[in-house]
Amino acid sequence: MTKLRYERPIITSLNGGVSNKFGTRSLHEPVSHIDGVSVKEIIAQYGSPVFILSERKIRQTYRDAKRAFTSRYPKVQFAWSYKTNYINAICNIFHQEGSWAEVVSIFEYKKAIANGVPGKNIIFNGPDKTEEDLRTAIENDSLIHIDHLDELYQIIELTGSLKKRPKVAIRVNMDTGIYPMWDRFGFNYENGQAWDAINKIILTDKMDLVGLHCHIGTFMLSPNAYAVAANKLSDLALGLKLHHKKNIEYIDLGGGFASKNTLKGSFLPGSDIIPGFDEYAEAICTTLLNAGFTKDDLPMLILESGRALIDEAGFLAGSVIANKRLSDGRRALVMDMGVNLLFTSFWYDHRISPVEASGHHTENAVIYGPLCMNIDVLRENVTLPPLKKGDQVVVHTVGAYNMTQWMQFISMRPNVVLIDPEGKTHVIRRKETVDDLNKMEEMPSHLKSFKI
Amino acid sequence: MKEQLTIAVSGLNNTDNPGPGIPVIRALRDWKGKDIRIIGISYDHLEPGLYMHDLVDKSYSVPYPSEGSDNLLLRLEYIHQQEKLDFIFPNFDAELFTFMKLAPKLEQMGIKTFLPTVDQFEERQKYRLSEFGEKYGLHVPLSVTVGSVSEVTAAMNQFDFPVVVKGKFYEAFIAYNIEQVYSYFNKLQSKWGLPIIFQQFVYGNEYNVTALGDGKGTTIGAVPMRKLFITDKGKAWAGITLDEPRLLEMTHKLIAANKWRGGMELELIKDKDGKLFIVEINPRFPAWVYLPVAAGQNMPAAAVQMAFGEDVKPFTTYDVGKMFVRYSFDNIVNLSDFQNISTTGEL
Amino acid sequence: MLSWVLITSLSEGLKKCNMNVRIKSNVAVSDSGFVFDPSTGDSYSVNPIGVEIIQLLKEKSSTDDVLKSILERYETDEKTIDKDLFEFIQLLLNLQLAEKV
Repeated sequence: MTKLRYERPIITSLNGGVSNKFGTRSLHEPVSHIDGVSVKEIIAQYGSPVFILSERKIRQTYRDAKRAFTSRYPKVQFAWSYKTNYINAICNIFHQEGSWAEVVSIFEYKKAIANGVPGKNIIFNGPDKTEEDLRTAIENDSLIHIDHLDELYQIIELTGSLKKRPKVAIRVNMDTGIYPMWDRFGFNYENGQAWDAINKIILTDKMDLVGLHCHIGTFMLSPNAYAVAANKLSDLALGLKLHHKKNIEYIDLGGGFASKNTLKGSFLPGSDIIPGFDEYAEAICTTLLNAGFTKDDLPMLILESGRALIDEAGFLAGSVIANKRLSDGRRALVMDMGVNLLFTSFWYDHRISPVEASGHHTENAVIYGPLCMNIDVLRENVTLPPLKKGDQVVVHTVGAYNMTQWMQFISMRPNVVLIDPEGKTHVIRRKETVDDLNKMEEMPSHLKSFKI
Repeated sequence: MKEQLTIAVSGLNNTDNPGPGIPVIRALRDWKGKDIRIIGISYDHLEPGLYMHDLVDKSYSVPYPSEGSDNLLLRLEYIHQQEKLDFIFPNFDAELFTFMKLAPKLEQMGIKTFLPTVDQFEERQKYRLSEFGEKYGLHVPLSVTVGSVSEVTAAMNQFDFPVVVKGKFYEAFIAYNIEQVYSYFNKLQSKWGLPIIFQQFVYGNEYNVTALGDGKGTTIGAVPMRKLFITDKGKAWAGITLDEPRLLEMTHKLIAANKWRGGMELELIKDKDGKLFIVEINPRFPAWVYLPVAAGQNMPAAAVQMAFGEDVKPFTTYDVGKMFVRYSFDNIVNLSDFQNISTTGEL
Repeated sequence: MLSWVLITSLSEGLKKCNMNVRIKSNVAVSDSGFVFDPSTGDSYSVNPIGVEIIQLLKEKSSTDDVLKSILERYETDEKTIDKDLFEFIQLLLNLQLAEKV
């Protein structure tokens, strides 16, 4: 006689704040495979926890985004935001799809160059560029997005000793009706700083002003804010044409498109409220087309979208270390992955699915990571089937920012595995070893030995 | 349209802070010449409507909107298999967005709805009321939307106390000082999330209008009411229909301007100079929707008719001075009913 | 050898803790997993294996019998069921649905 599948006995109160489990099947539906590859086998082969990225999903999302914009506007260029995920294999998927590189430090800049991105296709953003960094960027014909006047003066100074004319854009901040307004980067539109910076660049005549850039915020749920931004940048571009008889080559609207994650405190899940690429594209492209450019003067539209292109292609698979009941009766699960790997769990309620099928009974649980730190909480409250030690789960929509903001804190960083479109798995960043980390350390001779 | 219709209705929370479900069901039951089967859609096992078997034929538990539209759709597909639904009447503010998103899929399944468009729904949101007033030339009190606690003090500089502090979906408190503002802010944020809306309190009498728009700019029905008695939760316990053409004018103007589709409730305040302010636009019928029915305008039935493409003539009259007085009633129910809904999700 | 000793001592755990319990006679449990406690008015939802355990305990089975019965019928090991059963019984005691005998 075959035995029944075992599930931990659970009892839940029906009084007060009635739990509502009916029809929530898909939430607890197991995710046993990603792109047809068994999660169990990935963990068996590459260890637990493990980051898993779907190449198929990345390419499909990129093509969706590209179609949304190119079907509405004649000149569109994406630039891959390195800070979102700068594992080289991931960057190269985007470069194969035609993306330029968008970097915010010389570290990222060097990664892009090493990946083979031509200097002229690298956008160099960010407030921190040293003289040396700027010199490199100018010599490579990269597109330097100026953040502040100090940087502008430094570039003017550098042109004295360099033969090349730098290609620059200015970053503009503005009121798009969105709170909070990001006014710490770039030059303000409303108070005239931006126009002032443009005049300085034109009148000193040491560099080519090729673009205008803005990045209005992050996880933007309102496509209309982009329409406002596109309108204000267009206004600057048209002013430039009118007053200086110069055309801008491109308008760069940055990134900030939301992914299907659910922000903490949001009542409806992210998947239900975030705008699609078509909605962002409609708002942006309609504005640019109607702004008043002649057909030949239409600037190229550059987009630096990161999160929306990669988040859903990333998964983190891990295992239950222990389950316990807290003093107030709540169920707690301790997982082998915590905020050290999943920085985004500080602001998202990440969806978590069991790998194996279970009955329809569920209980509320708090999910802890493995760190010996009180802040190590992946989810404060999530409904899951009863899980036991060793059971595996998949955390969804983790492709953006986690593989760049992760910490080597208490434990080391795990393998990152890419599933290619044929379903083959590849390690694209191997897990760290103690040797890797010790290699960077030096021991002063007087500390080399001890007796206990 | 068929003689027999199966209509699913939510908002069965006929408590001392009632949802519109049961009044909508009563309206549908009054529909002459129709044989209506009512399917209750429930989010909580203790919603009184679940146990009102003379009004609700069968009920199903459904997942909260916060669990995602795909989960709700799966559950509705199951209910549709069992019941062959013709129409769904969602009645909670918090579920409307999800149902509007699902409407095309429901239509494909053969289930009709009569809801505003997402744009109409969004532009009348509390946190966009100032913009809305400007766009359509309607008086609204000063409103400021606040997305984080750090913006509270700056926002408050624009107001005189008292100030109304409103949650994104539900609930409002009147604050008389900054401490109260912070306390209500935190309370509403933890319950409904951000943003929080501050609105200038307007002294005056409050009036309400239940209305139905056809989606093309015509007001199919509109009945104004004044609350005669208010509970400690600010809900009407008794009310009376009014003859006040300016309230109707305002309603017609709004519906003509934004082509509202479906039921709505306008909350207005007439200040001491007789100026009318719109303070809130609720995107569904209110809990007192049966009063207009009794006064001669069965707007829920008209909404269903329009969803089926029937030509509905606007109501032109209603009984003035018709009153309602709400009462509570201890319905005696069997434990087995509670057991069924809580273990099988059906009753 | 060591693991065998460990398991034996664990399964002995319930007995040693004097953990034989009985479900209160007026507590009703249905096959659908609905539990009602008439002395407090509280109701609960229990998964199928929980229903089985409560029914066994109602029939005055010892915790040892329950453990054996579950082991026979379910795909699990003694260590797991011992831990889960102990916790479940603790919960029944906390909720005052069961009492020690």
